[in-house]
Amino acid sequence: MANSPHTPGVVPGRLAREAIEANFSDLHPPLDDHEARVAADRCYFCYDAPCVAACPTEIDIPLFIREIATGMPEAAAKAIFAQNILGGMCARVCPTETLCEEACVRMEAEGDPVEIGRLQRYATDRLMAKGVHPFTRAAPTGRRVAVVGAGPAGLACAHRLAMHGHDVVIYDARPKPGGLNEFGIAAYKTTGGFAQAEVEWLMKIGGITVETGRELGRDLDLATLRRDFDAVFLGMGLAGVNALRAPGEDLENVENAVDFIAELRQAEDLSSLPVGRDVVVVGGGMTAIDAAVQAKLLGAENVTIVYRRAREKMPASEYEQNLAAAKGVRIICEAMPVAVHGDGAVREVEFEYTVETPEGLKGTGERFRLKADQLFKAIGQRLEGAPEGLALEGGKIAVTGPGRTSLEGVWAGGDCTPGEDLTVVAVAEGRDAAEDIHAWLMG
Amino acid sequence: MADLTTEFVGIKSPNPFWLASAPPTDKEYNVRRAFEAGWGGVVWKTLGIDPPVVNVNGPRYGAVWGPDRRLLGLNNIELITDRPLEVNLREIKAVKRDWPDRALVVSLMVPCDEESWKYILGRVEETGADGVELNFGCPHGMSERGMGSAVGQVPEYIEMVTRWCKANTRMPVIVKLTPNITDIRYPARAAKAGGADAVSLINTINSITGVNLDNFAPEPEIDGKGTHGGYCGPAVKPIALNMVAEIARDPETRGLPISGIGGVTTWRDAAEFLALGAHNVQVCTAAMTYGFKVVQEMIAGLSEWMDAKGFASVSDIVGRAVPNVTDWQYLNLNYVTKARIDQEKCIHCGRCYAACEDTSHQAIWMKEGRVFEVNDAECVACNLCVDVCPVEGCITMERLAPGTVDPRTGKVVEADYANWTTHPNNPAAKAAE
Repeated sequence: MANSPHTPGVVPGRLAREAIEANFSDLHPPLDDHEARVAADRCYFCYDAPCVAACPTEIDIPLFIREIATGMPEAAAKAIFAQNILGGMCARVCPTETLCEEACVRMEAEGDPVEIGRLQRYATDRLMAKGVHPFTRAAPTGRRVAVVGAGPAGLACAHRLAMHGHDVVIYDARPKPGGLNEFGIAAYKTTGGFAQAEVEWLMKIGGITVETGRELGRDLDLATLRRDFDAVFLGMGLAGVNALRAPGEDLENVENAVDFIAELRQAEDLSSLPVGRDVVVVGGGMTAIDAAVQAKLLGAENVTIVYRRAREKMPASEYEQNLAAAKGVRIICEAMPVAVHGDGAVREVEFEYTVETPEGLKGTGERFRLKADQLFKAIGQRLEGAPEGLALEGGKIAVTGPGRTSLEGVWAGGDCTPGEDLTVVAVAEGRDAAEDIHAWLMG
Repeated sequence: MADLTTEFVGIKSPNPFWLASAPPTDKEYNVRRAFEAGWGGVVWKTLGIDPPVVNVNGPRYGAVWGPDRRLLGLNNIELITDRPLEVNLREIKAVKRDWPDRALVVSLMVPCDEESWKYILGRVEETGADGVELNFGCPHGMSERGMGSAVGQVPEYIEMVTRWCKANTRMPVIVKLTPNITDIRYPARAAKAGGADAVSLINTINSITGVNLDNFAPEPEIDGKGTHGGYCGPAVKPIALNMVAEIARDPETRGLPISGIGGVTTWRDAAEFLALGAHNVQVCTAAMTYGFKVVQEMIAGLSEWMDAKGFASVSDIVGRAVPNVTDWQYLNLNYVTKARIDQEKCIHCGRCYAACEDTSHQAIWMKEGRVFEVNDAECVACNLCVDVCPVEGCITMERLAPGTVDPRTGKVVEADYANWTTHPNNPAAKAAE
């Protein structure tokens, strides 16, 4: 008999293959030409537009939207890519509701912003579909730069360096480039193999080589990179996952949410991916939401997110919280895990309610248990294996200005440096570091 | 309930909304549907002398669109009716018989000789139609044959043909004017001199709606070529309003009944035409865009507005704005206003700032936190900020009270009316003493 949402344990195929496929289709379907023109027409072409200031990569949003409105999405895409070479992915994954769209003056006017994210996707899709790369590489400089990590920061840095004529080698620990774009974002946000297609398109600039399966600290070391290259950019992200520090954490089916998401993104057939009947996710960020929603979409009967602080402190945006709720995910706030129970495999998770005090978060003493045959940990990632000799700040690589580390000739950006862990922030940091490296190399 | 019935040159209709002579009034089938939908009258599409004209077999219309493909302007290269005269006459007679309470006026265009006019007027009289409208406006095709706007652009011809018509029919004669001239008052005066009972305006405006940037053909395109067509629709309303007002306030034509035409799309447009001196309105593009039902919004809206304003009949509205249309030289130069930005309504888009800073008088400050304020010392009250502001009522023009000092000029605002004719900077100013 086929599995269903009620089948106990962690099993695949809780829903029919077609149902799962439908569940994982594009969250925001692309705009067609007419929809894009209508959406674009709502932009007021603000003076010194607030949306631009709210974009970490400072895309000239009013200009690109006007280019769409006048029937030139290719020109719009060039305006986007000039600032953000991963504008296609950012159009899909940016939490626009807390960035450009939150700043849109239409929010103040009527609470309904211009659909900047979807318009950006429309423009970038149109140009990328032509298979051409909008930029040309400068004459080779003969300089070589090593980039560690083929995620958003590394790719943005490598592209900008290559554009300036430098030769770049990107090293990445995983078997494919893309970083979190490929392994760490909910599937319904980037369908149709977009992450790999984007990398291939980006590489058309030329001058970039990617070496996968090469991990810093295991297969590479910073001293050698510094010796062999004229400059180094570190954008390896956060490989470590924070522990619950609760007894029972080592039971079977207690997993890192990021591993679940990565496995899901790489699965050929989602109906073969096992998921629990009762799934509990501990955490309150985007990773928690992505894991919980996808577990639900795979057919889990009950999915609960438990976050230790109050709802308004959740790092996941209100939009993301509503998305989870709409998909049937329950969110419990102000409770922390104190124990994981089970016999071999997890069966229950025990929580204690919390209260904020001047001394910090404390347990109230009141406890409850949730049934769980699968528990995902999504309480943050941390930098693992930082090379010797680099100054750190709050457990991440300390930087000054455009990503300069404490070591001469070494830059860093993305999640492995302090600041917001967003794709678009990583792109900005990679791009800006590249400009600084270029100035340093040519100065 | 306001009374919407109107009487125009002796022709009664249940409301002031007529369909203009155009494709919607080319056949009995269409006109019956129009009357069923509620139109007060129609001007039947222009009849000519047989054999009928032949239309192009490619596109007859070109368009200009606003956001969401809203039709803002339409252009056409269609000719007068291409059906035999006898067919049209038979249908006109049948429709008039069945709809005696509706106005049915017949548009005419025949060669410029009295015999042709005399002939067709006689034929139309036999149908029982209420009146005729002389098509002196059609700007394409027919004008190349010495008709339409070829007549309407020469006041002497207008007067001559109008006189022929008045001499050869007992029906009221309405003269339809072309806007493709320099001063609309001259053709209107000529029509009056010829004995016209009324004028109707505007006919369509010479236009090319666009150019195909692939094959470089003008739009609408017929096999790679294009020609100027007649422009109509919402885009032409301001031009039509001015021309109607010019005739309404011209001492030589004052009191001549006017049927207002040009971009009437809503009840409000109609009310504006009436206020500027039109006695009724004719509609085409709105019906061609939305279908005949659109008249129901116009009737309901006009009626509602008249009730709210306390106007009992359409004639109460006609010409109410005409005394307020004047020449520039009589505008009050002591009326000093300044822009005021309502900070509660402002959404901080900065369009007023960009417009003023880049293209006007640098009279808006952009302060910390995107706060926009008017600098009275620079504001000339041009109103551009009001026009570009996306929020209705956010920026207003407020009058400086007499006795206060205008920070821009340093002068005390005078309470008295004073205009350019008395201004000291006017070399031709009349001395005050």
